Amino acid sequence: MSTFLQQLINGISLGAIYSLIALGYTMVYGVLKLINFAHGDVYMVGAFMGFYLANGIGARGAQAIGMNPDGFIARGLLGGGAMEPSLITALVVMLLAMAICAAIGVIIERLAYRPVRKYSRLTALITAIGVSLLLENGGQVVFGAEPKFFPELFGKRNIELFGGASINSADIVVLVIALGLMVALQLIVYRTKTGRAMRAVSFNLQSAKLMGINTDHIIAFTFALGSALAAAAGVLVAIRIPRIDPLMGILVGLKAFVAAVLGGIGNIPGAMLGGLLIGITETMVVGYLSPTYKDAVAFAILILILLFRPSGLLGTVAQEKV
Amino acid sequence: MPRYLRNLIIALIVIAALIGLDFVFQGRMLNPYFVRILMLSGIAITLAVSLNLINGFTGQFSIGHAGFMAVGAYSSAYFSVNYGMNLANSLGGGRLGWVVALTVSTLIGAAVAGLAGLAVGIPSLRLRGDYLAIVTLGFGQIIVVFLNNIEAVGGARGYSGIPIVKSFFWIFLVAVLTIVIVYNIVNSAFGRALISIREDELAAEAMGVNTTRYKVLAFVISSAMAGAGGVLLAHFDGYLNPKSFEFIKSFEILIMIILGGLGSIVGSVLGAIVLTVLPEALRGFAEYRMVIYSLLLIILMITRPQGLLGSAAPLKAWRKRAKRGTEPAGGGPAAAPTNPSTVATQPERPAPGGENLR
Repeated sequence: MSTFLQQLINGISLGAIYSLIALGYTMVYGVLKLINFAHGDVYMVGAFMGFYLANGIGARGAQAIGMNPDGFIARGLLGGGAMEPSLITALVVMLLAMAICAAIGVIIERLAYRPVRKYSRLTALITAIGVSLLLENGGQVVFGAEPKFFPELFGKRNIELFGGASINSADIVVLVIALGLMVALQLIVYRTKTGRAMRAVSFNLQSAKLMGINTDHIIAFTFALGSALAAAAGVLVAIRIPRIDPLMGILVGLKAFVAAVLGGIGNIPGAMLGGLLIGITETMVVGYLSPTYKDAVAFAILILILLFRPSGLLGTVAQEKV
Repeated sequence: MPRYLRNLIIALIVIAALIGLDFVFQGRMLNPYFVRILMLSGIAITLAVSLNLINGFTGQFSIGHAGFMAVGAYSSAYFSVNYGMNLANSLGGGRLGWVVALTVSTLIGAAVAGLAGLAVGIPSLRLRGDYLAIVTLGFGQIIVVFLNNIEAVGGARGYSGIPIVKSFFWIFLVAVLTIVIVYNIVNSAFGRALISIREDELAAEAMGVNTTRYKVLAFVISSAMAGAGGVLLAHFDGYLNPKSFEFIKSFEILIMIILGGLGSIVGSVLGAIVLTVLPEALRGFAEYRMVIYSLLLIILMITRPQGLLGSAAPLKAWRKRAKRGTEPAGGGPAAAPTNPSTVATQPERPAPGGENLR
């Protein structure tokens, strides 16, 4: 029983992170009908941005770009003594990483996706793969291929629960922040004018344009929103498991995409539900079956959904129009 | 001259030429490094042309070709190691024995890869949209996970002790067969159906094409040929490692056909050769190779989405000449399989399950 509870807690914490990434996939698919393969890599960039914000780029990196090694950027939030490890530091690091990645997402959309929007969807898909590989391999050149270890942004400790299970304070932080971000996203999409415009664009891009919506801005905004959530997920993952490397986004991105399909792609609550289900299933497989095949779980789930309910759990079957 | 007789003569000439070239390349007259690159190009041609059948001609998007290649490579290697040698020895252990054993091994590799293609294709190709891309991507990742954990084929250490066959004849025979098979499929009623699916799936269905059946069939054939390419690779070095079948490999094959032009066999062949030779020339920049590739791909998509040979005029003329006389009347105009620019005009249509934000 305690094992089950323990795995459930781990699963929800992992699932919340998958949900955050899945939201980016689902929103971009909603407005552009594009599988943004690069999304998992934006998550990786987010983790690295968090790493550099906290640690600084180091004395050698600073000299390489012609900066004073004693400067703030060179030593980071923690190294420069600018901030002590605390929850506030973690939040500042995460928000800055989100801002940087939102900008990166907009740049990717502007430079790579917008020029090919007039071509077929296949062209856009190939471009997305190109961007994904550029981030992975560019990351290996810029960040270095060897794994890095994320600093502790705040003191962690285990909290004993009833039934012998325990929960790490990091998991609580991850859950609370993820939940907060999802609520914020709901508010943006359903309670603001921009959110309404996003829904209009996803409903029908041409009509939205005719109604005077600047669709280019809305699409860019969608990318910014999705990329920011991915960056948050990157920092949260690094808080839980501090090992980060430039290829960490591939498998996680794939699983998050499966989560989006599981919930019904284009469906925001669906992405949240899908992420949680994938996370819980994965930790259960690790706990009760074999850790070796944990990466195969999401794939098996994907095959099952495509066979039995291709529109996803919360999706409705779209009528096909000629 | 009757058509079958003419084809037979051409086939004999090609085989004779391959045997002749085999003789030249086996007899240490040439730089072994050059011969190695040449043979790797042959394997790349098999992989690229087979991927073009599903990605270029059928308009579906598979990005897990290396996974099928791995399935073919490992299953044939397992057969060769455990049964192939015995089979060859029981047939006298001479040249004939090896030819039989290798043929059986190749067929097994292709068949197992084809079965894997069936298993992946059925759930994902029933649906319209980009599901095949994500399922094949997942398949490619998972197959590497499995191979890393199956001790019978060496696991993460790699599989060694596979009988080595560095035969120019064998590699290029498979490559030529792949080209002939794909060319004939594309220029048959089956191929017309595939191209109609690429141009407009809904219209194809309205004209009575069983789209799911054709898509799955094309995918299975493409996977089986990728498996055959894997068989060649397995016996080329005598050693397999799961690492060499990771996503990067699928991507390399993909960029070969995109560079050459989707839906162009000649383009695939040239793309395969260029992208096998280029990394050798760029050895000094190994670290930046993939960065350059991915940038190249993005720029190519923005400036020339049909690929370098996508609609090159000489190519079209060449194809027209090649087709004249062999095509029954009426098959002509719909043929010209290269022209993804027509794909580009395809209207946007959401996939089932592709929904609006809500």
